[in-house]
Amino acid sequence: MANSGGGAVCNGKIYSHKKWDGSQNGNCTKNGIVKEVQQNGKPHFYEKPVVESFEEAPLHVMVFTYMGYGIGTLFGYLRDFLRNSGIEKCNAAVEREEQKDFVPLYQNFENFYTRNIYMRIRDNWNRPICSAPGALFDVMERVSDDYNWTFRFTGRIIKDVINMGSYNFLGLAVRYDESMRTVKDVLEEYGVGVASTRHEMGTLNKHKELEDLVAQFLNVEAAMVFGMGFATNSMNIPALVGKGCLILSDELNHASLVLGARLSGATIRIFKHNNMQSLEKLLRDAVIYGQPRTRRAWKKILIMVEGVYSMEGSIVNLPQIVALKKKYKAYLYIDEAHSIGSVGPTGRGVVEFFGMDPQDVDVFMGTFTKSFGAAGGYIAGRKDLVDYLRVHSHSAVYATSMSPPIAEQIIRSMKFIMGLDGTTEGLKRVQQLAKNTRYFRQRLNEMGFIIYGNEESPVVPLLLYMPGKVAAFARHLLNRKIGVVVVGFPATPLAEARARFCISAAHTREMLDTVLEALDEMGDLLHLKYSRNKKSARPELYDETSFELDD
Amino acid sequence: MDFRRVKDYFSWLYYQYQIISCCAVLEPWEQSMFNTILLTIFAMVVYTAYVFIPIHIRLAWEFFSKICGIHSTLSS
Repeated sequence: MANSGGGAVCNGKIYSHKKWDGSQNGNCTKNGIVKEVQQNGKPHFYEKPVVESFEEAPLHVMVFTYMGYGIGTLFGYLRDFLRNSGIEKCNAAVEREEQKDFVPLYQNFENFYTRNIYMRIRDNWNRPICSAPGALFDVMERVSDDYNWTFRFTGRIIKDVINMGSYNFLGLAVRYDESMRTVKDVLEEYGVGVASTRHEMGTLNKHKELEDLVAQFLNVEAAMVFGMGFATNSMNIPALVGKGCLILSDELNHASLVLGARLSGATIRIFKHNNMQSLEKLLRDAVIYGQPRTRRAWKKILIMVEGVYSMEGSIVNLPQIVALKKKYKAYLYIDEAHSIGSVGPTGRGVVEFFGMDPQDVDVFMGTFTKSFGAAGGYIAGRKDLVDYLRVHSHSAVYATSMSPPIAEQIIRSMKFIMGLDGTTEGLKRVQQLAKNTRYFRQRLNEMGFIIYGNEESPVVPLLLYMPGKVAAFARHLLNRKIGVVVVGFPATPLAEARARFCISAAHTREMLDTVLEALDEMGDLLHLKYSRNKKSARPELYDETSFELDD
Repeated sequence: MDFRRVKDYFSWLYYQYQIISCCAVLEPWEQSMFNTILLTIFAMVVYTAYVFIPIHIRLAWEFFSKICGIHSTLSS
């Protein structure tokens, strides 16, 4: 394989396709020439066969799903009538007596759905836990006396529940142990609060150390870190694009990207999920027709994608996007919240997964929440981009900077993954995650469940479809001491409710086998094994070359 | 032994009916109401079938045999 992770990592340098001289930033612009970087930087997209599947459910399943929602809606109307006419006490939010003649507040579909359907199965969400979210964790037991309108804690704790829902890809979100000693020292020296923003007195030497380390990890020129991952997207996109620019955003982008794009005031156009034909059509139209009324050229065209999509488990089709971006002269913003630390032979994200050159992506964004066991986000790329953001980002001006113990936790985790602490434990964890992912997905496919997404992505959505099954699934699994996250309507399409598993490197083979056995029994009890191994409803277009590529 | 398996199978089927039609998440009085309405509709369908289908089949048989009967008298 072109980038085998095995013997190629020591002291944090990767020998895959860069000639490093080991200093922090000095690889790409020595003498101002980038020749040595381009030598081996050819995209390898013909080498890697990518397997993604989005199998369609049998027809009777969709009929039953809509029927279930229909019955729920009918009962919803009945209960709303009983509540409005006063026969039944209303526990939901209502307007006050004086406001009854105003425009109604709670009659739209979203409130109807929340009151009538979501309330009935609400005990499967917002479950409080009382330990660190490692591979095993403790859940507080709670019961409801009035059908989920109110909850009370019984005082008991369900111990050692297998955690299949936390974003803990490398198993670094654990309780204190000796390897976290540096975090304790930083806590003793710096305290917890920063009490200032980056522009005022909130830039610590820890931040500089962290930013240099992030730039070295991603193999880019510079990086900047922020205190909150969601705010990184929503506050920095407005600083990069504005009115007169065009944003081409994937259909299934995260709320933070959507919010940042809307706040910026740029024109937003959506292309179908991971669909290169759709993206190319939008790019061509943008270049040919320009801005809507004046027909002027767009000031900037920014393509926004994610590395791994958290609801679908699909991995972005990076080689073809980079080829399109080069052909049509657009910029690429990639949000690696779920893919940093979890995909790629040494855990450096989708760019390494496809064996591509980091120079091809303009803006790298990621979070430290998922694989590093901390909180916060970063934006990385060329030095002039990051310098511009240091001055113009809203987050740098207004938001408190990252807390020092958290910065130290990220520094510790990153050194651990890169191997800079002298061991190969980090690399072993990345490989263990890849092994666990492949094993889990393969077993689930063999059992006959419908699983979405790429076979190498550690986020595994298992389709449940019907709202009754969603509730039964989550409740039964908690009884068997397995904690899963189920997702329903507003976050997913109405008919495609799913359970989403996040595989971790901390899961042992026994834990995965326990979970798989429980899932097997659940599948038989609830009749969930719908897969007929038919070809997908959304065609994968990886081998289509209907657009010309300069190679 | 066989009764046990049959009973288990039927209780599994009833459970499937409950989760597919969202009865499992409805309150008990809503469940009873829904089951009652469904059984009533089903009983009415069965009764209508019992009363009307034999008569319709007999009439259709007479109608078609008349046509075939005319056809056979012509040919003979």
